[in-house]
Amino acid sequence: MATDEYKGYRGEALSTLKNFNALVWSDVEIKTSKGSYTGIILPRSETADPLHVVIKLRSGYNIGIAANKIQNIKIAGRKEAHYKIPEKEFPFDPKKPNVKLLGTGGTIASRLDYRTGAVIPAFSPGELYGSVPELADICNLETEKLYGVFSENMGPEQWRGTAEAIGREIEKGVQGIVIGHGTDTMHHTAAILSFMVQNSPVPIVMVGSQRSSDRPSSDAALNLQHSVKTAAESDIAEVMVCMFGPTSDTYGLLHRGTRVRKMHSSYRSTFRTIGDIPIAMVSTEKITPIRNDYKKRRNDKNVIVNTAFEEKVSIVYYYPNMKPDIIDSLIDNDYKGIVIAGTGLGHVNKPLYPALKRAKEKGIAVYMTVQTLWGYVQMYVYDTGRDMMELGVIPGANMLPEVGYMKLGWALGQTNDLEKVRDIMMTPIAGEITEREPSNGYLIFQGGIPEVEEFISKYRK
Amino acid sequence: MHKFIFKPFDEMTEKDYAMVGFKSGLEIHQQLLTEKKLFCRCPAGRYSDKYDAEILRHMRPTLSELGEYDGTALMEFKTKKEIIYRIKRETVCTYEMDDTPPFQIDEHALDSALAIGMLYGCTMVDEVHIARKQYLDGSIPTGFQRTAIVGVDGKIPYKNREIKIIQLSIEEDACREVSDIGHRRVYITDRLGMPLIETVTGPDMRTPIEVAEVAQICRRLVRSTGRVRTGIGAGREDVNVSVTGGTRIEIKGVPRIVSIPLLTYNEAMRQWNLLRLREELKRRGITEKSFKSKTENVTKILRKTRYQPIQNAIEQGMKINCVLLQGYKGLLRWQTQTDTYFSREISDRVRVVACLTTLPNIIHSDSSGDTIAASEWQNIKKQIGGKDDDTLVLVWGDEQDANTGAQEIVIRAKEATIGIPSETRQAFRDGTNGFERILPGPDRMYPDTDLPPKRIEDEKLEKLCLTLPNRIWENEKWYRKLKIPPNVIEPLAASKYTKLFEMLVKNSKLNPTFVAVALIQYQKRLKTYFPKAKQIEIETFEEIFEAFKSGIISREGIFLAMKSFLESGKLRFAKKIKSTELTKVIKDSKIATKKMKIQNEEKKTEILIGLIMNKVRGKIDGKLVADKIGFSGKGKR
Repeated sequence: MATDEYKGYRGEALSTLKNFNALVWSDVEIKTSKGSYTGIILPRSETADPLHVVIKLRSGYNIGIAANKIQNIKIAGRKEAHYKIPEKEFPFDPKKPNVKLLGTGGTIASRLDYRTGAVIPAFSPGELYGSVPELADICNLETEKLYGVFSENMGPEQWRGTAEAIGREIEKGVQGIVIGHGTDTMHHTAAILSFMVQNSPVPIVMVGSQRSSDRPSSDAALNLQHSVKTAAESDIAEVMVCMFGPTSDTYGLLHRGTRVRKMHSSYRSTFRTIGDIPIAMVSTEKITPIRNDYKKRRNDKNVIVNTAFEEKVSIVYYYPNMKPDIIDSLIDNDYKGIVIAGTGLGHVNKPLYPALKRAKEKGIAVYMTVQTLWGYVQMYVYDTGRDMMELGVIPGANMLPEVGYMKLGWALGQTNDLEKVRDIMMTPIAGEITEREPSNGYLIFQGGIPEVEEFISKYRK
Repeated sequence: MHKFIFKPFDEMTEKDYAMVGFKSGLEIHQQLLTEKKLFCRCPAGRYSDKYDAEILRHMRPTLSELGEYDGTALMEFKTKKEIIYRIKRETVCTYEMDDTPPFQIDEHALDSALAIGMLYGCTMVDEVHIARKQYLDGSIPTGFQRTAIVGVDGKIPYKNREIKIIQLSIEEDACREVSDIGHRRVYITDRLGMPLIETVTGPDMRTPIEVAEVAQICRRLVRSTGRVRTGIGAGREDVNVSVTGGTRIEIKGVPRIVSIPLLTYNEAMRQWNLLRLREELKRRGITEKSFKSKTENVTKILRKTRYQPIQNAIEQGMKINCVLLQGYKGLLRWQTQTDTYFSREISDRVRVVACLTTLPNIIHSDSSGDTIAASEWQNIKKQIGGKDDDTLVLVWGDEQDANTGAQEIVIRAKEATIGIPSETRQAFRDGTNGFERILPGPDRMYPDTDLPPKRIEDEKLEKLCLTLPNRIWENEKWYRKLKIPPNVIEPLAASKYTKLFEMLVKNSKLNPTFVAVALIQYQKRLKTYFPKAKQIEIETFEEIFEAFKSGIISREGIFLAMKSFLESGKLRFAKKIKSTELTKVIKDSKIATKKMKIQNEEKKTEILIGLIMNKVRGKIDGKLVADKIGFSGKGKR
């Protein structure tokens, strides 16, 4: 394996470099059987093949040279890169509110990784300020890096840690909290924080970016400004996700942590409130609430942090022809809770019934949600639904499947008494179940329809 | 040192250019002929000013791979522009909008770039690395252009020397600018993402004419592969110019090669005159160190001015800043290019960086034209404490822009004491050029983390090599030897038919002139009937010539076959006529001529032939008809 001196190189390329004593960052002239190249030897991605040496030409371009064609390497010097945004101390203004930025990772704070050639989360939140100085116009910002992980690697340990950190900050008296988070599972974390941190007196704003901050067109800077403004100035004391409204750089949306979902793999405007409307719009200029039933900011510190979480919970995404062994294997592996994402109003096929019966007998909490995402579970409409309730499956109203998973884990963390679990599950804590779905809670515009096209041509997407 | 004074363009000699040390190189952008765009599957080459939707973005500078900010990036950030992209569903998908990561590179485009690289004799890279080249002007929604080097170190022969090809890269094309007013720039995105190659030559051209000639050679060379697009905007040149003691200046986006000579002449003159300006400043004792300036708000003094632009500005509540440039008297009238003065260098900067796009955006006390009243200049001079050998420059706008404007005036004026700032400049129609942005450096390059490096196997290159035409200069030499008409030599050598020509002449032993005329001239003639028709494909020509060789059609039938193909898109051959049928046609025609009143007996035969040919054209060789009726053919045919 290569050491740092030959970072990322292996096999033929490594032995060629070693032959000529050419470490990475060497300024070299490489002679090959085809021609000569002048430039700096760069580290190589570990996943790339062992056959090529990468150099940065004087023009700034990188190219790969086949190691087996290299005849000579002449070393002229060395120029190591220091990829670092100048870290500046955040200016303090006693008249401005204090906001805490907790970093967990994600593309809002990322940089190039020579090991994999991909983007890794590595900027300390402090460095973020170096690249978005506008933040100083809004608040006094303190930052703390809790974790540096991709969001798919967030888990109970990180959720608990983040909830506890939030509790500490509220105790210290900050006016708002921003949490930098990878976008993939931001809505999962938003949901669990909505349960683990209750009765917060201040805004708790989750933020990330869909285009990493190493790109000029990144949404990171604007998302950060929006989220920090929300934390500092808004009167919304809830767990929210703050991400782009449209794909244009115009405004962000504040989504309730239990009703939000990432709906596109790459769009900037990927987060959407499902089955309801967002709490507010936010721009660099102002925060505009679009509903008024949110929890208001308070002056006390009476936050409740409750981080109990049962990890033996699973989501089962039902598909036609599912075999009961899927459920059986969860039962046999001592799972304590299952959230089913059923079809339509909340159904699974008959062959699963015996397995569901087993689950009931073993005292496993089974809840039904809908894979349509929009709409309520309604198990009375068809016989099959009634049969399943007989088997102990509890309809989860309009809880999103991921939210149902988080809540069941949290509820089972509180108690093993399934009746009490049921009480917890069916009593809304943070808007995860709503009494009614407003008519504008389900709007997926269909492109191509004349009136929709007219709308799109009038407003920036 | 810089005693030489530039003469008018027509009077400049090679010696004059040698005297100023004229040096120029080219960056030639040429779109590739592909069905799809480079990194997504949108259709290529569909342009329209119509659009369905708009999106709005801003750009922020980011660090380069080596951890540095690029100067251009910082300048663009200073301008704080709002960028609007106009989008049409048919030609733009979520990739161009920067809402979807790139797809794998288009293989056809890559093959074409590799093939052309080999044609230039480049050393081809073994592994292609896609880079992000930052463009913060917004011309690409991602803020960077995806680009990769495929070959380095090629050359083309020119006169009795070689022009170096430094590198050849494949990249995605940018948006077209619609407007740039104030803090808002609008782009249309139809061209965005089109595959193109950029060929960079060495700074090896010594006169403006040479630059254009080399551009022509390169243009024709790439066209000869049949792998590139033609037409307006498909090929664009950036021209780099420097003179002794000057700086490499890049003139961007020259759409026509014929405008290169005047542009490069003017740029050489500009640099030379700026160097002379530096000498003049030095003579006056003004250097980078001793340079002094002062800026003051003079809005109050000009409250009642009758100079319209400032009067309007004051009505709109704008701020007027005055910049005093100590010892600069008269120098804003220093000539830089043809009918262009140093004041324009300053005005350009203010326009681009402070976004004060309505002209005039500055006035100055060296101006001979109408500006504010003399008494107002006096009052300003008094307030700011100016002396007789100073120059005053006014700039106006809202507070922030007026301040940025004043800063830029100072920056540009001071740069005159140092030399020629590194800039990219835009070409104007009158042959002069204007400031576009600070010249970006290698610091704006960043590896594209969205796509892995791509290995180029030797076998792939070998295969592609087989598809290459001979180099145009080699073909031209051969054509001259074959004595084909001079006006066909160059177009044929640059066409995609060179291999076909070679095959028809060498293998099928057809007459070279006849083949060349059919391939080039016939098509040119038909172009007047069918201006929108695409070039006839090689395969179609193969079929036509095959029909000719096997006697299905005559020489004339070739033209008719091409015509009918362009008309209907299908090949239809007029059947060759049998000799008994011909005899009948001749007989009928003879009867017809006899009925006519023809006074000139000599014309009689010609008219007869005309009648006959009308019926048998393309079905039989005209010469056979003439033989049959005993016409010697002293006329045209």
